[in-house]
Amino acid sequence: MKTEIMVNGRKHEFEVEPNVLLLNLLRDKLNLTGAKYGCGIGECGACTVLLDDEPVLGCMTLAVDADGCRVQTIEGIAEEGLHPIQEAYLDEGAVQCGFCTPGFIVSTKALLDENPSPDEEEIREYLKGNICRCTGYVNIVHAVQKAAETLQK
Amino acid sequence: VSINKFNTHIIPTRFEYHTPTTITDAVELLKKYENNKILAGGTDLIPKMKQRLLEPRHLINLKKIPELRGIEEKGDKIHIGALTKLREIERSKIIQKKLPLLHDCIRSIGSVQIRNMGTIGGNVCNASPAADGALGLIALDAITHIVGLNLEKEVKIDKLFMGPGHTILSPSELVSNFTVRIPEEGSGGCFISVGRTSLDISTISIAVQMTVKRSRIQVCRVALGSVAPTPLRLPDVEEHLTDRKVTNVLIETAAEMASDGIKPITDIRGTAEYRKQAAIGMAKEAITTAWEKAKEAER
Repeated sequence: MKTEIMVNGRKHEFEVEPNVLLLNLLRDKLNLTGAKYGCGIGECGACTVLLDDEPVLGCMTLAVDADGCRVQTIEGIAEEGLHPIQEAYLDEGAVQCGFCTPGFIVSTKALLDENPSPDEEEIREYLKGNICRCTGYVNIVHAVQKAAETLQK
Repeated sequence: VSINKFNTHIIPTRFEYHTPTTITDAVELLKKYENNKILAGGTDLIPKMKQRLLEPRHLINLKKIPELRGIEEKGDKIHIGALTKLREIERSKIIQKKLPLLHDCIRSIGSVQIRNMGTIGGNVCNASPAADGALGLIALDAITHIVGLNLEKEVKIDKLFMGPGHTILSPSELVSNFTVRIPEEGSGGCFISVGRTSLDISTISIAVQMTVKRSRIQVCRVALGSVAPTPLRLPDVEEHLTDRKVTNVLIETAAEMASDGIKPITDIRGTAEYRKQAAIGMAKEAITTAWEKAKEAER
């Protein structure tokens, strides 16, 4: 099926089978390997991408269903060097193995776009769909708080 | 253990994909293709297709039908399109102000990502006994609008469910929207859910909505989730509470009745005994909180 998706600001046309998932299209056709395949059933959030600015799960979205939509991935967020959110994750040691990090950063971006100065409870609530198996949540919360400060300046 | 039994990286089966833009087209497609599934948010359907628990030959995506989406206040009623995203309902000022109970129920569903994808119609029509959105709509006595080929009908939402995954809908019918009457002055509600983690599906949940006049409960609805094959409304408990002055004894007997009225099973999320026991405390708390909120609103 002909499918047109705006990925990270650039328009792409694809010929895809209906059973292709958005995550696999991004990774296999566009080499955007930032979003990760984790659990595949909507528990872990490693595949989080922004679909029309809202965080969704790439592994549970049909590529054909994103026809006519805008998709932003971690690569789009880091287009002009590291984004302040990424800087904050580095500074606060909020990255351990790193597998969950792209998903966390995409979710963090959506959170801070919506709520520029969230408190800890709001951060934990918003990021509850992203799981870090290294369990580094304390530093992740610190990183989000730091990114919020930087972005407000 | 069935973990990693399936490759959830892909959907292993092929299907035809349809994107109708009107309700009429959608219903015709549903009628035309027998082995079909409706695609709304996909948060339940896609994982099931990945695991080959469902292998529909036709997927009918309803998301491109504008008339199925949106929240509208008309007179004393609020209409919610079936394809309205859960996140949109959660953020809606109308819902927050007029139907706070529904807001609380929706907020407890999954994660932000799941609520950005999932729809209220999907949450209901999936007919899970654990559906928090459905529970809120039951406690608010919502009307479900069903559309089929040359057919339109309305049913009370608690009459929609037949069993886990089964509704009274025929394969060629769809739910277009839900209508909720805005609760009168002096109303309050409470939703409580218990789960292993906040992200998890409820082990047991309860929603109570009531209207209080002159310190008496005038209208009361009690619904419990994950305690029976369908989300369960408890008319006996409601009757027990209605037109009575609220005392600790009344609440305690109501809570016991709620626990007696449920038929839970033991499953991966909890045992039947646990649910029976938890229901007592949860019912007490939910009835008390709803009562306090309603009394406050009466002033």
